[in-house]
Amino acid sequence: MIPLDQLTKGEQATIETIETDQLPLKLIEMGCLPGNSISLIQKAPFNDPLYLKIDESHLAIRKETAQHIFVRLIK
Amino acid sequence: MSTSLNIALLGNPNTGKTSVFNTLTGLSQKVGNYPGITVEKKEGVCKLNRTTKAHIIDLPGTYSLNASSMDESVVIELLLNKNSKDFPDVAVVVTDVENLKRNLLLFTQVKDLGIPTLLVINMADQMKRKGISIDIPLLEAKLDTKIALISTRENKGLDLLKNHLIDYRKLSTRPTIELEHIDQDYFENLKKTFPNQQLYKLWLVITQDVNFAKIDRNRVSDATDFKTQPESYLKRLQQKETVKRYQFINGTLKETLIIDREAATDLRSKLDRILIHKFWGYVIFFVILMTIFQSIFDWSSIPQDFIDTTFASLSEQTKNKLPEGLFTNLLAEGIIPGLGGIVIFIPQIAFLFFFISLLEESGYMSRVVFLMDRGLRRFGLNGKSVIPLISGTACAIPAVMATRNIENWKERLITILVTPFTTCSARLPVYAILIALVIPEGSFFGLNYQGLMLMFLYLIGFGMALISAWILSKTLKIQSKSYFVVEMPNYKLPLIKNVGITVWEKTRTFVTEAGKIILAISILLWVLASYGPGKDFSNAEQIVSQNHVNLKGEALINKINAYKLEHSYIGILGKSIEPVITPLGYDWKIGIALISSFAAREVFVGTLATIYSVESDAEETIKSRMGSEVRADGKPLFDLASGISLMLFYAFAMQCMSTLAIVKKETNSWKWPTIQLFGMSLLAYVIAFSTYQILS
Repeated sequence: MIPLDQLTKGEQATIETIETDQLPLKLIEMGCLPGNSISLIQKAPFNDPLYLKIDESHLAIRKETAQHIFVRLIK
Repeated sequence: MSTSLNIALLGNPNTGKTSVFNTLTGLSQKVGNYPGITVEKKEGVCKLNRTTKAHIIDLPGTYSLNASSMDESVVIELLLNKNSKDFPDVAVVVTDVENLKRNLLLFTQVKDLGIPTLLVINMADQMKRKGISIDIPLLEAKLDTKIALISTRENKGLDLLKNHLIDYRKLSTRPTIELEHIDQDYFENLKKTFPNQQLYKLWLVITQDVNFAKIDRNRVSDATDFKTQPESYLKRLQQKETVKRYQFINGTLKETLIIDREAATDLRSKLDRILIHKFWGYVIFFVILMTIFQSIFDWSSIPQDFIDTTFASLSEQTKNKLPEGLFTNLLAEGIIPGLGGIVIFIPQIAFLFFFISLLEESGYMSRVVFLMDRGLRRFGLNGKSVIPLISGTACAIPAVMATRNIENWKERLITILVTPFTTCSARLPVYAILIALVIPEGSFFGLNYQGLMLMFLYLIGFGMALISAWILSKTLKIQSKSYFVVEMPNYKLPLIKNVGITVWEKTRTFVTEAGKIILAISILLWVLASYGPGKDFSNAEQIVSQNHVNLKGEALINKINAYKLEHSYIGILGKSIEPVITPLGYDWKIGIALISSFAAREVFVGTLATIYSVESDAEETIKSRMGSEVRADGKPLFDLASGISLMLFYAFAMQCMSTLAIVKKETNSWKWPTIQLFGMSLLAYVIAFSTYQILS
């Protein structure tokens, strides 16, 4: 299990746990929930923000937020 | 008998909700003041059939009823307030066929409020290309509602939507999920305490920091105090609620929605590869911005020259054709030049909103937010500050309002405070006329000097915005949690109709709202310039002819008019501030224009037009009149030093009452607009002063 900001481009993963208190509710509502699939599409220059595909949603979040999301890689 | 019903249009951002609204209401819509992108309340009327009329409100795009920005709280305030005259008889939730799962979250929430809720699935034209098929009758049964599958792009399905709306009474209001299943104890307890209230409504009131002042307090009276559990516990309940809703949605879609990914073609990844590339992404963004600014200046100049000369000759003809008198003078010297000062803005405003709306509609703006966030964060701003800073080039008022979707208060406040530094379109005519006067024609490696000067002024505006943002971020002591969640929507070909309506709406509101101020000030100025206290004014003819015995005809009349102006109310006003502005290179006439510009910058050109047309009768364009203005020593008044000093003064000074008013409204305090007014104007004075002293 690794924090989301350590995911590399193109890797597929599943959300394992999230630190609810540290995340905006909006992100959770957009599908950032344990069990959903997640992949990193692109990092902006200086590796921040991160452009992600979570479940069916495409969205961008900052690295500091991504550190509170833990994922498991799918081989 | 005709009936009228209230409809509220809801939906996630990027679902084409505004297209649905535009298609239903066309040009019958009303927009409150100066909106950014679907920021303010938009209303419109639509005839559903011969006897039924619908009053439609296009609510701001929201991902859920749990508000995290001011925009979103507008939605909840309306849906919770049964006493409001706008309270909907029926709610329409617009969804995008490609993001149905996420979009349905909002649908379940709205339906749980007990409002008849209709589902619109938009962008049906994309289904084939994306390999999507939906079992509509089954989905209707599962969601317990009616569905209109539509395509605003191809104008399909709208009749079905209208029919469903007419039959809204048949819609079920049964909730989609049972809150009690999330936490039995908590919700049972809540229900017992407020037995007459709807449970989900109570829950929203408890969890939202919405301003409920306007809402009927009796009905949900003490519910906000019902925080029997700590905040983190409530947040966990919200998460559980979200999970519960998604379980319901997933279960529903499993049987009704099929996506054949093989059939899907992916435009997104192809375009993303270039548009958010680490190097080319920025190059493309810069090129787009340059193209916009160049075209605003180039393309607008043709209609603007035409407008300028038309109004000059109109004013002249009015004088010649109408009988002499007070009314004719008011018309020819006050109202017509004043109107000209408004109309001349139309080309630039229209072009700018055309481009901004293209960027928004296509989905490109989110990519810019993504690219710019890291860089802007260094200055205490947010990637989302890009939108206010770019729309600020049209007008600071919609730009300040567009900051509403920045969730972080400190970043939002800084964005509000620095946005007025960006070169708004009201500065453009001031720049345009001064550049034409003092910057020589000619070019440097194919770039003409005048265009370069304009670009420099835009850059210096952005630069000052960034510098002051950085200073503010270091000095303001505000703790606020930084959240940044941006949806990256699919790329779409902008709909001409949407772009057209945006351009029309924005231009129209600008002309009517700003126009009222400009016209009023023009008339006031004419009065102040046409009357004066004391003998110097009333006996001007006598005094001048005695002092200049050898003057005759036209020359004498001009001399008399100049003498009158100098001793009119406005002349006295201008002269009184002359000592302060002389070190900047300005005379008392520019002083008058500066004073009136504090109402709104765009008044500058109109003011000079009024002053000069009072002074001289000949049909001349305002530019040639300004060019022939000389100082006491015979040198032109508008030379390089005073011209650049004046442009820089306009670049930095806070000269817009309407912006101050909107900042007061958005920050809910007089403190910030006051800081803006004095801080910016002091900066402008110091810079204009040093510029003139160095250059002259």
